[in-house]
Amino acid sequence: MKETRYIRAITEALNEEMARDESVFVIGEDVGGPGGAFSATKGLLETYGERRVKDTPISESAIVGVAIGAAIRGLRPVVEIMFADFLAVCMDQIVNQLAKMRYMFGGMYKLPVVIRTACGGGLNAGPQHSQCPEAWFAHVPGLKVVMPATPHDAKGLLKSAIREDNPVLFIEHKALYSSKGEIPEGEYLVPLGKAEVKKAGKDVTVVATSGMVHQALAAAKFLSGEGIDIEVIDLRTISPLDKEAIFTSVEKTSKLVIAHEAVKAFGIGAEISAMVCEEMIDRLSAPIIRVGAPFVPVPFNLEKAYLPDRDDVVRAVKKVMEY
Amino acid sequence: MDNKEKLLDMLYAMLKIRRVEERISESFAQGKIPGFLHVSIGQEAVSAGVCACLRDDDSILTTHRGHGQALAKGIDLKRFMAEIYGREDGFCKGKSGSMHIASRESGVIGSNGIVGAGLPISLGTAFASAYRGEKTVTVCFFGDGASNQGTFHESLNLAAMWNLPVVFCCENNGWAQFTSGKVATKLKNISKRAESYGMPGVTVDGDDVLEVRTEAAMAVERARNGEGPTLLECMTHRWFGHYVGDAQKYRSPAEVQGARAFDPIVKFRKFLLDANHIGTEYMDTLEERVRKEIDEAVAFAESSPVAGAGELFTDVYA
Repeated sequence: MKETRYIRAITEALNEEMARDESVFVIGEDVGGPGGAFSATKGLLETYGERRVKDTPISESAIVGVAIGAAIRGLRPVVEIMFADFLAVCMDQIVNQLAKMRYMFGGMYKLPVVIRTACGGGLNAGPQHSQCPEAWFAHVPGLKVVMPATPHDAKGLLKSAIREDNPVLFIEHKALYSSKGEIPEGEYLVPLGKAEVKKAGKDVTVVATSGMVHQALAAAKFLSGEGIDIEVIDLRTISPLDKEAIFTSVEKTSKLVIAHEAVKAFGIGAEISAMVCEEMIDRLSAPIIRVGAPFVPVPFNLEKAYLPDRDDVVRAVKKVMEY
Repeated sequence: MDNKEKLLDMLYAMLKIRRVEERISESFAQGKIPGFLHVSIGQEAVSAGVCACLRDDDSILTTHRGHGQALAKGIDLKRFMAEIYGREDGFCKGKSGSMHIASRESGVIGSNGIVGAGLPISLGTAFASAYRGEKTVTVCFFGDGASNQGTFHESLNLAAMWNLPVVFCCENNGWAQFTSGKVATKLKNISKRAESYGMPGVTVDGDDVLEVRTEAAMAVERARNGEGPTLLECMTHRWFGHYVGDAQKYRSPAEVQGARAFDPIVKFRKFLLDANHIGTEYMDTLEERVRKEIDEAVAFAESSPVAGAGELFTDVYA
């Protein structure tokens, strides 16, 4: 094992997959010479040259369009959309084109496109550079949506995403880029669609995503001091959702808290909650509680008040425990 | 000088497009085809002239008014018809219908229901040609309406910047659905915009198949030789409404009727007759050949089953 930063884990995944498969290329704003706005593509231009590391103008729709057309013709593009907020700029290419093309053309094409992007608050980047848009895309059939929380998963999931024959929206958390974690020395993959129990526990299931996984783990530590033993599940992949992992845990604990940084209203927490209620309401011993951001844009100045954190998870867990 | 056979192929393509669209309009009126149909009658010379310059392994991106483009590229008529009927033997198993026809083997990448959305995708198919060092070309068809989408700007700029092997073919029929180009675009000719992207732009009489072919051939050769993209604008006429059944109250009857004076088939037939390439009886023979093909395709489509409900869930993911 070796200690690696989240951002370097991304770089390693890109580097390894480009070395392994000549049909893989990266494309996006600043990905070449500058090495990416967050340095994810650092060094790739030097290694693979301008043919496979494509700097683009600020034209998000054109960037995704290049990826779609290239994928139809058998290449495996890895797009960088600098901030997840900018996905809204190329929404048509992602939602009406990329996601639907396989279905509407009767299975004619495979679309192995990865769109990497950076979400989340914590950097005071303001309302147009801090959103968590996973629910917008998890609602679209044809897309897969991935949100790694650790360097280990960032690398393993990105490598799997690049080898995947379907479009994958790969949402990294910009506040985690500098975080460190252990990863194996050699090659490894983390499968898409599989959640992971990050901490086993018996009292309450806490399903978390991306940055909130760390808040949930901090809450677990805090709560253990009060004799409450929570189970923390990192979803890792939002769509397809690992129902089995959630159901197995809720079967054991009978209590569920869902924590994500995105706005709580209409978020993936609502989907998970509804799913559990539809299929196993008789197993629940308390109402399901969601932890998420308030229904407001991400403010520049009041980000701390906006972002859900450890204490929100602690409060939610206590509430279901007290029910 | 022109190979006579190639000229006759273009006449055949144009007549086939015309008669296919007439036939599916009838079937639509009879309730045999669900949804919407957008026909390109009057615009056949653009598809025929441009596709005459392409090889089988070249790609085209087509529009919601794209039957003609796909047919001219050589798409199989039976499976095309089955798709329009929404049947299982269609190219897309009936899931696409008229508006999203695609055929991998004919290089018809796919037609698009979102105006202007094919432009960015055409960059990608062209990019793949360059990436692999293939001498294949992409033609992206779009309408004058699409030229006011942001994707037009992004795509022409990037194609020029990367010198991509793509031809942007604007079918300017003067109408963006129900809105006249006169109230949508200040410039008279969209091809003028090419200069601002650093690529050649040319406007041709899109109802003259020979003129279309001449300019398209140069654009395609430029692309094939690695000399970059071209914006080719073909001025043409939409005889019918935006969709089959559109009463066109937004157009004057004189304009609607006047469009027929530009009939590209009549024009080309006269050229062929005057040049003694064909005799008067040739059209009858060709009409008969096309009618027979369409009859067979319609019979094929009508006898093809509608997909079972299980098909609802296939092909969402690979």
